[in-house]
Amino acid sequence: MKRTLTWVWLFFLATMPVWMTNQYYLHVLISAGIFTIAAMSLNLLLGYTGQLSLGHVAFFGIGGYTSALVSLGFDLHVSDTTTLVFPPQPVWLAFLVGIVVAGAFGWFIGKISFKVRGAYFVIVTISFAQVVRLVALNWVDLTEGPMALNNIPPLTLAFPGLGELAFFKKLPNYYLVLAVGVVSYIIIRRLVHSRAGRAFIALRENETLAESVGVNVTRFLVLAAVVSAAMAGAAGCLYTHYIRIIDPDVFLFIYTVTMVIMVVTGGKGTLAGPVVGGIVFGILPEILRELAGPEVQWIIYGVIMILILFFLPQGIVPALQSWWKGRAGHEAVLPGTRAGGGNGP
Amino acid sequence: MNEPSHQNGAILTVRDLAVHFGGLVAISRLSFDVVEGRVTSLIGPNGAGKTTAFNVITGFLPPTRGEMHYRGRLINGLKPHEIAALGVVRTFQKTSVFEGISVFENIMIGLHRQGERKAWEIMLGLARVHREEEALRKKAWEVLEFVGLTGRAGERGDALPYGEQRLLEVAVALAAGPTLLLLDEPVSGMNPSETADFMRMIDRIREREITILLVEHDMKMVMEVSDHVVVLNQGKVISEGPPEAVQQDPEVIQAYLGHGGQRA
Amino acid sequence: MEQLLQHCLNALILGGTYALLGIGLTMIFGIMNVVNFTHGELYTFGAYMIFFFVMSIGANFFVALPAAILLGVVLGGVIEFSLLRPLRGADIDTTMLIMIGAWIAMQNTEQLIWTGITKSVNHPFPVDPIVLGPVSVSWIRVFVFVAAALLILGSHLLIDKTKLGKAMRATFQNRETAALMGVNINAIHTATFAMGSGLAAAAGALLGPVFVVAPTMGDLASLKAFAIVILGGLGNVMGATIGGFILALVEELGAGYISSGYRDAMGFLLIILVLIVKPTGLFARRERVG
Repeated sequence: MKRTLTWVWLFFLATMPVWMTNQYYLHVLISAGIFTIAAMSLNLLLGYTGQLSLGHVAFFGIGGYTSALVSLGFDLHVSDTTTLVFPPQPVWLAFLVGIVVAGAFGWFIGKISFKVRGAYFVIVTISFAQVVRLVALNWVDLTEGPMALNNIPPLTLAFPGLGELAFFKKLPNYYLVLAVGVVSYIIIRRLVHSRAGRAFIALRENETLAESVGVNVTRFLVLAAVVSAAMAGAAGCLYTHYIRIIDPDVFLFIYTVTMVIMVVTGGKGTLAGPVVGGIVFGILPEILRELAGPEVQWIIYGVIMILILFFLPQGIVPALQSWWKGRAGHEAVLPGTRAGGGNGP
Repeated sequence: MNEPSHQNGAILTVRDLAVHFGGLVAISRLSFDVVEGRVTSLIGPNGAGKTTAFNVITGFLPPTRGEMHYRGRLINGLKPHEIAALGVVRTFQKTSVFEGISVFENIMIGLHRQGERKAWEIMLGLARVHREEEALRKKAWEVLEFVGLTGRAGERGDALPYGEQRLLEVAVALAAGPTLLLLDEPVSGMNPSETADFMRMIDRIREREITILLVEHDMKMVMEVSDHVVVLNQGKVISEGPPEAVQQDPEVIQAYLGHGGQRA
Repeated sequence: MEQLLQHCLNALILGGTYALLGIGLTMIFGIMNVVNFTHGELYTFGAYMIFFFVMSIGANFFVALPAAILLGVVLGGVIEFSLLRPLRGADIDTTMLIMIGAWIAMQNTEQLIWTGITKSVNHPFPVDPIVLGPVSVSWIRVFVFVAAALLILGSHLLIDKTKLGKAMRATFQNRETAALMGVNINAIHTATFAMGSGLAAAAGALLGPVFVVAPTMGDLASLKAFAIVILGGLGNVMGATIGGFILALVEELGAGYISSGYRDAMGFLLIILVLIVKPTGLFARRERVG
């Protein structure tokens, strides 16, 4: 049942541009898709390992900036006499570098932050994101500061014999985002349904017990941080080469909050949660845009989030799952299945 | 390393262990051996330092002084998961299971050490990952059968009745493949029939050549299952030997009477 | 040298308000274990309230100030009662996210009412600064320092000497024991949150006339408050007081001698450094567990 649903869903998404030709709606979906990938990555950290990382947008932005700089080429003034010149590179390479650099920062932050837990960890992650933002704002030499990096080249794929395809238009970007989204989903699902995923959940549920049976908690926390950061970085790369302009505002705390809302309302610790949250809160702004100004929109999001936390504390997806189970009646629990809302689909 | 460990068949040796918290002395000077294949029990009045000893041996607490060796290897300063990797696994005094997930998944987590597939292999979805998962699932069923919880496989960890939760705890520890199993008050809160079942399970664990170090207050159980008893009081050993000998030891009787008598 | 003295003097004055922010948050954090994202919004609220009283309805400055603080206390109590108390048993994640939701709602409400245009608040003090040899300071800043100092002193006295303060400290040490000894935990929580919010509002009301009032001013204030809490150790009121001054000093010197653009980053870099070196904070007395 679940497999068919997934395939139907995928088919629907893949063929959507065929019947929905409105370019604006396509743009909305692309943006929602990019944010959903970032939300999925955050879910790995927030939902599965239970770490309150509130600096996630930093990895998104680092990926984006790195990719932009690599594809545009940049100069690094090491000292008054030496300048390292980095010529522009093809975008697919810039993508990879962006992902790797974001992942590296994830490793670094993971190592430091996991010395502290709970509330302290939250603060460190927020601080990290703020520092990164201020660096992007002030290191004008490198990042153009508030003037933004623009004219960022789009992804270009060379097909031998057929010529080049440059991703200027919305349609190819839609499929690119969809492809990266599907790959990200698969990677996360494989991790979650494996020994590593069990380690994540174990350290979330009962860290001491996990340690006592041999789970190297630090190692798995860092693993989650690296994968999570790299994936957010990938989303940042997608963003950068789609919008083709990037400025320090990408590091604003409000974007982290958006991702958090997506994960939490969708259902943290489930695979479908961030996807549902991403779509809802990716599309909701567009719907509300007609009806109310930006401040009212945000007030509504804040209220929605509070209401969901009060009434559906596990999120939308687990609530739907419980409702579905309740309707189907109490089934005999088969061996090898998961019980409760602890693991997702 | 030529250490005390193999001289008398001891796999765990504790020498001159001391644990101080600020001004409090939890363990003043503790030395004892745990012989391979045997059931050794650590008993003593409340506050004698038994759980503290467990915490230190399994790396959750640093010792102030003293040395511990497991199979000839110094284990001071090792982290808990490293000590578990050596084969020393413990249970906790306060019931400790993974509450929000199923009994089966609890065991699968316990089997963590038995899996070797790395993260990159997992992310690439290689076939060997799937094979290992299948092998682990089989093992999980074996563990469930061993403790008799197969009927509860799909239920949430915290939905089990108390006695079965404690069994689950032991099952998770067994899944980790211990060669030395440390049980911290495993039958506390159990009724006589559950306790009898547990004692039979201890025999079966022994048959698998797993050494057991037990902390318990239930004297009847201790005397029946133990090969060797170590009595702690106020952070040091006041008596040790076979159960019958320890039971008669006047110092032991004095220590217990002084603390309100023993539980039968 | 004069520059150094001036920086130190500025830091002293700024530090007073920072200390207010920090004390309020460390109490909430320490006693209630809540990651309070609305703290910055109470700061903003205080500023907007003094703006409203002085500029919109022309009230006397010295009446507007305590009124703003009082309203901050009330708002804090309302937030605790309506949002936090019903979710008392929930884990720290959920409460944190509720606070984020409240923060978003509050900030955008302020933006809706007063728009994003910065506002200034008139004050009755002479504009010409007092010159004390190599350094100078404006009258309003002296007032801010004195007011902040009085509030800091008042907070310390409340916590150390009063019954309420004793109950708060008991709850911080060990909640279960305190409850067993008859402390009304619910009331303590509301009182703590109200008091902490009041201090944040006070900081905002004091700094509003010094700088400008804008809807986003609370964001940085919030983050700096977190920095101070980490510096001083969770729940450590003296630590937060000293931490406030340390942060102000680091900011002033950093902005003066390194780069003014990175001024606000100083606090964060400080946090990251402290947490790497001494995760329990500079002054924490209790062992951090877990």
